Amino acid sequence: MEWLQQLVNGISIGSIYALIALGYTMVYGIIKLINFAHGDVFMIGAFIGFWAISRWDIGFLPALLLAMVICAVLGVIIERVAYKRLRNSTRIAALITAIGVSLLIENLMIFFRGAQSAVYPATIENKAINVFGAQISSLSLLILGVSIFLMLLLQFIVHKTKIGKAMRAVSHDAEAAKLMGINVDNTISATFAIGSALAGAAGVIFGLYYTRIDPLMGIVPGIKAFIAAVLGGIGSIPGAMVGGMLLGVVETFVSAMGFSSWRDAAAFLILIIILIFKPSGLFGKNTREKV
Amino acid sequence: MKKSKAFWAYVAIAIIVYAVVQFSMSSGMIGSYYSNMLIIMCVNVMLAVSLHLIIGITGQFSIGHAGFMAVGAYMSAIVTMKFDLPFIVAIVAAGCVALLAGLLIGIPTLRLRGDYLAIATLGFAEIIRIVILNVDYVGGAAGMTVSRQTTWTYAFFAMLITIIVIANYTKSRHGRACIAIREDEIAADAMGINTTYYKVVAFAIGAFFAGVAGAIFSHQLFFIQPTSFGFLKSFDILIYVVLGGLGSLSGSVLAAVLLTIVSTYLAEFPETRMIIYSLVLILVMLYRPTGLLGTKEITDFFKFGKKGGKNV
Repeated sequence: MEWLQQLVNGISIGSIYALIALGYTMVYGIIKLINFAHGDVFMIGAFIGFWAISRWDIGFLPALLLAMVICAVLGVIIERVAYKRLRNSTRIAALITAIGVSLLIENLMIFFRGAQSAVYPATIENKAINVFGAQISSLSLLILGVSIFLMLLLQFIVHKTKIGKAMRAVSHDAEAAKLMGINVDNTISATFAIGSALAGAAGVIFGLYYTRIDPLMGIVPGIKAFIAAVLGGIGSIPGAMVGGMLLGVVETFVSAMGFSSWRDAAAFLILIIILIFKPSGLFGKNTREKV
Repeated sequence: MKKSKAFWAYVAIAIIVYAVVQFSMSSGMIGSYYSNMLIIMCVNVMLAVSLHLIIGITGQFSIGHAGFMAVGAYMSAIVTMKFDLPFIVAIVAAGCVALLAGLLIGIPTLRLRGDYLAIATLGFAEIIRIVILNVDYVGGAAGMTVSRQTTWTYAFFAMLITIIVIANYTKSRHGRACIAIREDEIAADAMGINTTYYKVVAFAIGAFFAGVAGAIFSHQLFFIQPTSFGFLKSFDILIYVVLGGLGSLSGSVLAAVLLTIVSTYLAEFPETRMIIYSLVLILVMLYRPTGLLGTKEITDFFKFGKKGGKNV
């Protein structure tokens, strides 16, 4: 029954990727920008959760909420300060700015805090639960539960609320949405806020699961989440969820087969195969090229 | 006629600069600290100019340039350390293997555009790094010791050849085709330019010189490790090209020279260096998205003779 255990582990790691990937995919869907700084928002979320739990001694759920709120504010600040001016500039300029913002956040964090890693306090008891002979840790079930709850919440926001409708309208056609009286700037900020809040939550549960966090921890999960977003079809919300989980499962099985040092290469290989054979991803729509 | 005169004038100036520095080095006026900085400067200029051909001229957004540098560095180290062949053979071998890697990566990925191409090249560069990390023959994560064989002469002439080849390539028919692709790929295609061919050729040339730069770099450092060629290195090279001006060869040379000096002085404070780097990057993109020189060349500002200036 070891494969079941690995499958659950893979899905719970994958759900962390999925939470980060949602932010990427929503931002890309709305302003066509790969927000490289998203991985660093995730890192900030992990640190806020760490400080909240270890220094201010508040429980897991309040820490999670606090991290989500602060990350949402951070995401909006990044968007307003760095990306807003670049709406009409070239894609390369926007992408380079995003790389710049990412490097800035990482190095400011190292500058003020130091590069050493911190160990997450164990707030939640980790028990092994026996399911059909497989030992499944309660922590991975918790991660899975929190992420599924957040994803359902996101689906609700996107499909049932006014701001969600505005987001879908802007990502479909920003010009037309503006003509219909939708405040495009606020909608884009709201997208950044929601995406960053999800990244913050992912940071806290990542910290709980892996227990070790440092200022550069955002880079690799950030890139992998991006791979997950591409795998699912960038711009598609269900795509990001499925892509993240799929990537988590693949990575876990590659590690379980004894190739753990090749795990990252497997992720990049998936990315390249997807980009070459189906660049629109599993759930993406094909876009016709226009002159 | 005028153009070739200007060309030889530049070559002459370059040789004079080389001779002066070489003389100061052998007479001990430039110590090992500064000669090290000058050689690293040459390496960075080569990397910047080779990436300039891919991003600035052909408009293909590649952010995995450190991968080719890694291929060159390791290939040259294998040639000199494992096979005991002369350094010059190692440099050529490094360039050729990097060129092959460029072809291998370029042919499938150059069908992609913009952001997707950027991510795919980043992915390939990471795969190269992970492969090197897992190959015990070249030391894996522990790295590989390399004897120091780079001298100012090797570094300078490799840099000079890089600049000459890429400057002349840009001015040739191929170079103009590349610029047409940068301006509008669909229009270039409609004009009968074989866009895939030119993109792959530019990519391969860029990879070749990045490999040569890697060879010079590895034989300067005594020691190479896969972590030296991560995506932070790729971003470093990208910063030279972008700050100097996308499409300006002299701009990327200038940016590489200035930033090498800055980072040598800030080597003790890597965080400060990266904070300055990233702030400059963001501010330049926000207020001057074309980079410092834009697509202008530095020679456009002071011209030879009355109408000898080149407006290419």
